[in-house]
Amino acid sequence: MNNREVIISTRLRLARNLKNYPFPCRMTPEQAQQVAKKVKEAVLDGGSVLANRFKYIDMAELTQEQAVSLVEKHLISPEFISEAPGRGLLLLDDETVSIMINEEDHIRLQVIMDGLDLNKAYDIANKLDTMLDETLSLAFNDKLGYLTQCPTNLGTGMRASVMMHLPALQEAHAMGRIAENLSKLGLTLRGTYGEGSEPKCAMYQLSNQVTLGISEQTAIDNLKNIALQLSSQEKSSRESLVQNIKTRDAISRSFGILRYARLISNDESMRLLSNLRLGAAEGVIKKIPLEEIDKLIRETQPATLMSNAGKRLTPAERDSARAEMISKALSKYAV
Amino acid sequence: MLCQSCQKKQATTHIKSVVNGEVTEYNLCPECAKKMGYGNIFADFSTDFSSLLGSIFGVGQQQVLPDAKRCPECGSTFADIARNGKVGCASCYDVFYDRLLPTIRRIHGNTEHIGKAASSADESVRIKNEAEELKQQLQQAIDEQEFEKAAQLRDRIKELEGKQ
Ligand SMILES: [Zn+2]
Ligand SMILES: [Zn+2]
Repeated sequence: MNNREVIISTRLRLARNLKNYPFPCRMTPEQAQQVAKKVKEAVLDGGSVLANRFKYIDMAELTQEQAVSLVEKHLISPEFISEAPGRGLLLLDDETVSIMINEEDHIRLQVIMDGLDLNKAYDIANKLDTMLDETLSLAFNDKLGYLTQCPTNLGTGMRASVMMHLPALQEAHAMGRIAENLSKLGLTLRGTYGEGSEPKCAMYQLSNQVTLGISEQTAIDNLKNIALQLSSQEKSSRESLVQNIKTRDAISRSFGILRYARLISNDESMRLLSNLRLGAAEGVIKKIPLEEIDKLIRETQPATLMSNAGKRLTPAERDSARAEMISKALSKYAV
Repeated sequence: MLCQSCQKKQATTHIKSVVNGEVTEYNLCPECAKKMGYGNIFADFSTDFSSLLGSIFGVGQQQVLPDAKRCPECGSTFADIARNGKVGCASCYDVFYDRLLPTIRRIHGNTEHIGKAASSADESVRIKNEAEELKQQLQQAIDEQEFEKAAQLRDRIKELEGKQ
């Protein structure tokens, strides 16, 4: 019961830097390589129970598809793909923990959990951070906390975010107003998967903005509190929305197209999968597990499709592969 | 360059994102960037700096003081930091502390860290931060009427404050 109807996943990241090296914007390529080596060794030889489950990836050795796929899965930032010396990624085997080396900061440690699970995410991140602190001298200032290249991350260096599916609030055109109110509370709400204030799949990311002067635990409690409030607003808006015959029609049609289409673009599949997710969460259509739908949303992203296929695909080939994957997954569920 | 969203104003914010499997780059004006949820702290940062220079020296933002102080560790001047919106190294925060502070306060509404402290932090700072954090938890426990937890927290805070 971690609010899966509305809350898809939780992400939490810590920004850390080594005291004795300039921040990435002023590093020489040699220094970048040294930082990468130190961080890699600190994780792999640091005695964590997770150590032997990490894999080190030299970013320079990935194909464009593999790299972009990591962005689509939210394991790395788009910035991290740009060519720069000494960029490496430590990735846990189940992809729940990723450590970017030499992104905006020397270390960006991220934990992803299904549903709403901020405390567990922090617990994992915190333990790894404590382990890093044992072997690396981290940049820390008694007044400003953990020092970061951009002052927006000073203090805890912690950014926590919750990915939410908000189709009913979006349908009510409430997102702008909500985002504005949240910003007064030190939180940001923005669309994910593509640009625009109203994303096609109604996926939004709620995250904390302030990192200085507020402890990790308080920031997490605030975020959790607001995420739950937002979630219950969404749920109550859904009640009337799914009673509407037009909504029920749109959900059933979405299933029909997703189940039988032979070509489907990413934009269309995102829009329809969002409808399907709403229908499945609210019992409008026969239960399809939400995890299955979330997995389809993740795996039908263009670069992830290509990365899994192991080759570049033309847009038409992608649309065909996407339609096939979705159709197959949904064939188990008669409506 | 013009903003790619409204096509009217000057673009100041550069955004990278992934759309349809490609990394896409956008250039947006401050208003559109804000509307799309990309508030740009850097834009504020350099505006702040130029207006600061402007008011004190009566010069435009292009001019940089010739005798500008440099960070001994990384060589950054404050002008470099304001221009890039990026701090050069940990020492910059000591060297330019007073000049960075107004921006830090505007971003966070605070200038003092509360929370986890690195092992390199002074013992007193670690104790103080832990006590602060426990006080926040205590308040929450009281609000939620978890009195048993509150009592435990209060004992731990007393113990920490005794060490100070
Ligand atoms: Zn614009
Ligand atoms: Zn410096």
